[in-house]
Amino acid sequence: MAIIEVKNLTKKFGDFVAVDNINFEVNKGEFFAFLGPNGAGKSTTIKMMTTILKPTSGNIVINGHDAVKNSDRARQTLGIVFQDQSLDDELTAWENMDFHGVLYDIPFATRRERAQQLLEFVELWDQRDNLVKKFSGGMKRRLEIARGLMHHPKVFFLDEPTLGLDAQTRRHMWSYLKNLNKDEHTTVFLTTHYIEEAEQIAQRVAIIDRGKIAAIGTTEELKRKTGAASLEEAFLKLTGSEIREELSDASGIQRMRTFHGPKK
Amino acid sequence: MFEKIYILWLRQLKRYWRSKPRIIGSLGQPLLFLLALGYGMGSVFQQAGQGNYLDFLAPGIIGMSIIFTAIFSGIEIIWDRQFGFLKEVLVAPISRLEIMIGHTLGGATVAFFQGVIVLFISMAVGFRPIDLTGVFLALGIMFLTALLFAAFGVAIASRLNDMQGFQLIMNFLIMPLFFLSGALFPLQGAPKTLSIIAAADPLSYGVDALRGLLAGTYYYGFGVDVAALAGATVLSVAVGSYLFSKIQI
Repeated sequence: MAIIEVKNLTKKFGDFVAVDNINFEVNKGEFFAFLGPNGAGKSTTIKMMTTILKPTSGNIVINGHDAVKNSDRARQTLGIVFQDQSLDDELTAWENMDFHGVLYDIPFATRRERAQQLLEFVELWDQRDNLVKKFSGGMKRRLEIARGLMHHPKVFFLDEPTLGLDAQTRRHMWSYLKNLNKDEHTTVFLTTHYIEEAEQIAQRVAIIDRGKIAAIGTTEELKRKTGAASLEEAFLKLTGSEIREELSDASGIQRMRTFHGPKK
Repeated sequence: MFEKIYILWLRQLKRYWRSKPRIIGSLGQPLLFLLALGYGMGSVFQQAGQGNYLDFLAPGIIGMSIIFTAIFSGIEIIWDRQFGFLKEVLVAPISRLEIMIGHTLGGATVAFFQGVIVLFISMAVGFRPIDLTGVFLALGIMFLTALLFAAFGVAIASRLNDMQGFQLIMNFLIMPLFFLSGALFPLQGAPKTLSIIAAADPLSYGVDALRGLLAGTYYYGFGVDVAALAGATVLSVAVGSYLFSKIQI
């Protein structure tokens, strides 16, 4: 059964097509990896799926709720760990956790219990009363993960969750998510540049390049289709080996792609 | 629902309370205005037959600190956007309207506190409100003015992606709102153009009501002031909510 349905989804910034008429479904309880080179349209797609960016055209249905027309309801079923920072620097680690708990309707007792459990889990419990602005990059990243895991959504979006995480926290995080998936049938939708990681974890993979879905299927299917030995090799065969620049804003992507010219 | 609005409100207060340089900095300016203008222009004002300038000026400076603090607090949404925190709030199961209300109430509360502090400062430099009832009613006017401009700040922030347009907003919006409001000079006998502009500036009514309640002189009158302020607040909250509901990352 599909919990995410994306139909003819397109996002244009001016003349530039960031996401070009893509279609896919994600099944309930699935680990689904969304891979692509920098600037391929991954984050734009996630932003639309999490209701913070409006599509130019097309539909997204999350757990039966339209992400545009019924965005308040759609948001109630999803959770996300962002690629870049989204903490409040002027609050303490604990306050960031608590704030999140309140926003996601977690009852008081559960909120406290989970906040403690997760802060211990990312080894920030001793630092809970310090302002986040005093934290190092790695600590902020760990706090971000801990906060994202506080509530148990039906669909979890993880946008490059392991970027900048140490191996310990990474392993911890995946086992936590696997348990959540087993106990509550949580669907996990993730993007990552660590393709080996996706190969180990994801049941199905979609590869997006230049705004279009280049391939979709299980890891085995993609390898068979491209005649590759590993998912990484399959990925490179599908997307080419040219290096893409990392630019975060849409106008930047536009400049970059105009510069390189579209690949035929 | 109320718990979510409350935590957004509380966040604004915590951020304000923790930025001591901001509090001190934002008190320096009103103090400077009170001392330099209050004492500097005092004798000229008196000779012109207008009475005590400090009594005239203090309500205007209270209004000034409220409008500045309120708009800045509303505009903090731009920082939230730049530092990423806005995403955290926008993907959460909370409606845009609740976010807007929480943020606006937080900003308004902070600006209200700031106004109360400036009232005390002006009393310390010699301003004497006429009676206690006036002070209590003035607190209400101060909060209404704060609410109006906090919502106005949210409306502006919803349309700006970064702080680059900020200088423009400061010089072409916030400063004129303050300088053309009659906060510093009497609107009686002002040139027609100026009085028309002042009549279109919602801060004029806030300052006028404060001046009436604290110093005993009205230009528009209490009824007109309250009606204009309330109307402008409703409009500002409505426009702010609408623009904020359209916000995208």
